[in-house]
Amino acid sequence: MKLETPAIELKNISKTFGSIKANRNVNLTVNNGEILSLLGENGSGKTTLMNMISGIYFPDEGQIFIDGKEVVIRSPKDAFDHKIGMIHQHFKLVDIFTAAENIVLGLKEDGKYSIKQVAARVAEISAKYGFDIDPMKKIYEMSVSEKQTVEIIKVLYRGANILILDEPTAVLTPQETQKLFAVLRRMRDDGKAIVIITHKLHEVLSLSDRVSVLRKGEFIGTVKTSETNEAELTEMMVGKKVSLNIERSEPKNPQDRLIVKHINCKNRDGVKVLDDISFTAKGGEILGIAGIAGSGQRELLEAIAGLQHLDSGEITYNNPKTGITENLRDKTPLQIRELGVRLSFVPEDRLGMGLVGNMDIIDNMMLRSYRKGKSVFLERKQPKSLAEKIINDLEVVTPGATTPVRRLSGGNVQKVLVGREIAAAPTVLMAAYPVRGLDINSSYLIYNLLNEQKKHGVAVIFVGEDLDVLVELCDRIMVIGSGRITGIVDGKTANKNELGLLMTKIHQGGEKDE
Amino acid sequence: MSKKNESKVREPLFHIAKRTSMVWWKAWLIRGVAILASLVVCALIIVLLTKQNPLEVYASMFKGSFGTKRKVWILLQNMAILLCISLAVTPAFKMRFWNLGAEGQVLIGGLASAACMFYIGDRLPNLLLILIMFAASILGGIIWGVIPAYFKAKWNTNESLFTLMMNYIAIQLVSFAIMVWVPSGSSVMGVINSSTSAGWIPDLFGQKYLFNILVVAAVTALMFVYLKYSKHGYELSVVGESENTARYIGINVKKVIIRTMVLSGAVCGLAGFLLVSGTNHTISKTLAGGNGFTAIMVSWLAKFNPILMILTSFLIVFLQRGAGEIATNFRLNESVADILTGVIIFFIIGCEFFINYEIKSTRAKHKEGK
Repeated sequence: MKLETPAIELKNISKTFGSIKANRNVNLTVNNGEILSLLGENGSGKTTLMNMISGIYFPDEGQIFIDGKEVVIRSPKDAFDHKIGMIHQHFKLVDIFTAAENIVLGLKEDGKYSIKQVAARVAEISAKYGFDIDPMKKIYEMSVSEKQTVEIIKVLYRGANILILDEPTAVLTPQETQKLFAVLRRMRDDGKAIVIITHKLHEVLSLSDRVSVLRKGEFIGTVKTSETNEAELTEMMVGKKVSLNIERSEPKNPQDRLIVKHINCKNRDGVKVLDDISFTAKGGEILGIAGIAGSGQRELLEAIAGLQHLDSGEITYNNPKTGITENLRDKTPLQIRELGVRLSFVPEDRLGMGLVGNMDIIDNMMLRSYRKGKSVFLERKQPKSLAEKIINDLEVVTPGATTPVRRLSGGNVQKVLVGREIAAAPTVLMAAYPVRGLDINSSYLIYNLLNEQKKHGVAVIFVGEDLDVLVELCDRIMVIGSGRITGIVDGKTANKNELGLLMTKIHQGGEKDE
Repeated sequence: MSKKNESKVREPLFHIAKRTSMVWWKAWLIRGVAILASLVVCALIIVLLTKQNPLEVYASMFKGSFGTKRKVWILLQNMAILLCISLAVTPAFKMRFWNLGAEGQVLIGGLASAACMFYIGDRLPNLLLILIMFAASILGGIIWGVIPAYFKAKWNTNESLFTLMMNYIAIQLVSFAIMVWVPSGSSVMGVINSSTSAGWIPDLFGQKYLFNILVVAAVTALMFVYLKYSKHGYELSVVGESENTARYIGINVKKVIIRTMVLSGAVCGLAGFLLVSGTNHTISKTLAGGNGFTAIMVSWLAKFNPILMILTSFLIVFLQRGAGEIATNFRLNESVADILTGVIIFFIIGCEFFINYEIKSTRAKHKEGK
């Protein structure tokens, strides 16, 4: 085990895409036997930098040294030859193959192909680092965390000494994250050099030895974890001091706005995705929904929005103006609006569902309102002034209102979408992962917008993935696992571990809050 | 693996980057250069294959379209028909409904007109007859367009295959009709009502094709407005870009698919009417003459913009006419003409790459950087 010897060194690496400087003169050193966090906001160039090490991109300028020698990495194969392995954020596995088959896929080994030998070696690697994996299990039967394990073993099997993990905890529960960290520490002690790309500060502090920070493509600096703190890192990352507190006002006069009773629904393959879900969303409060990705969050919101067929159950809405109770089940989105239900929905898939990527901001504003009036022609004046208002109020960075939204960065796309949905003066506002991929400032802007809506008496339903945020922002948090409610807890008293346990708790008896 | 000199040699020579935007005149400059380059390549081909003087060949190509007044009218007429069919497929394409059945839809429209001429041509006043033919053709086109749309909306069938197959049915129907109508058993139908001219669109200001051209000009303007300024046009763009978004905002996707194909089929039917009533005064299996497929190219080249389609349809027809001319004038095989057309179109489409992307040399940058 060699400590403090550089495994990989980057010198003056630059990369531009069109007019965007994704990386500018980045210098970075990763030592053997060390975990380095690469910290930066979305779009700061972390992934670009690592993609250059793993052979996906080629740097415009600069040099890469491995074990002190300059190398040229032109393809992922070159990277493997230099014992570099990258675990991407989106897994690259063949669903219908087993773990072992995926691990050897594409590998040219001498001798006869024997899946048994592969399995034996996989077992050996697993034992060494404390993985828990069945080599013969098929990928489609695996949980997200198991798939990630396969990806890690895949690069270890190829003999990687330098491991790069891109946002490895984004899809994991707190408990799974702890398990992963234990494995990573063991690998570090074995002398491997590990880089994790992340923007979660508490993880950086608990796991890594050193932290390198990127901001807008520029290398800001490297600090020892033991000598820094959350505030300093944030400042390095954002470039100015940010307060990381989300206010949570007391709900004022909460009234039942949206009542969901015993809804069930199956997906196209006949698998139950919503299983007897019942809850009430109240005006003037934020109801958080926590759960592992794909536990039925999308289907639940789509069911309320009239986009998902239900097998059974009831969804009703209390109109705060008229006091009339409307039934929303089996209604189309248009029928729901015609009932006078002002339901706004910020879907998870912003460009694929909430907006039309190739249309400009004005035309995207019209999506909600273009039907108004009897004329067969479109009226673009109002949408235009709305677009300009949103660009001004939410500080959307765009060349103009006639720029196609797909040209905007993730945060600005989201501002356009949230801005439009809020402009409709909703009484119920549903937002699915509204801050995914957003930088810190934009994220806090979105939280503030949600809070503002809550103060206006809107029933806000917030599907989130960052448990810290859920705990700080929401008045109540509903946890779902495999399409079932596993608990509804009070936001003020909830803690992360409790939520994590509820997220993984599957079949649980009839006991449910409320 | 890591010697310094060796490593430099192994670096890629250049890389490709997407451009963010380009000044319009630069884009047109690139297109102009592409056309010039294509003419140079064509000249080489001409010299190598035929030993003719390429300039003479080009001159004759130009004369093929603009040589005489009559040729100009034919150019305009061919343009009008191609443009009309291109306009017809455009709303469907914008909706990402790959209507490859324009050929059949035109044919059915033409068949409807021909049937009217054949059966009721001598019984009605000409104006009424023409109006009935007009309506019948459009109806025929609509039926041929809506069948695949209905199946797509209802059972999500593949519209490309479906519309393509409908073309063959249309061809067989026309064959059948000709067999019934022509007593001699010939597979070619002569001019219908050649003595009475019943159902023929009369010449406007002494010009046989002027009516067609004016109708298509009007359709072009209407289609432009429909796609850009109407609610229907907006809805079909949303459906085309993202069906999920359409559902999310409450657009009835099935209805839009069917409605758009009604329009697409109707305009195809209109083209059939113009061909039978305004041009050929007869029907044949090759009535559409492949324009149903060429129209796809015209529409794409113009990026679904009806006004730009005037330009692209002109380009295609100009090349076709010119190619035909040189084939006869220089006794060249038709295939040589096709090769030349192909080369020119290849350059025109290919230059879009240089408009969207730029190629940077890695080496030059490295020298600056170090």
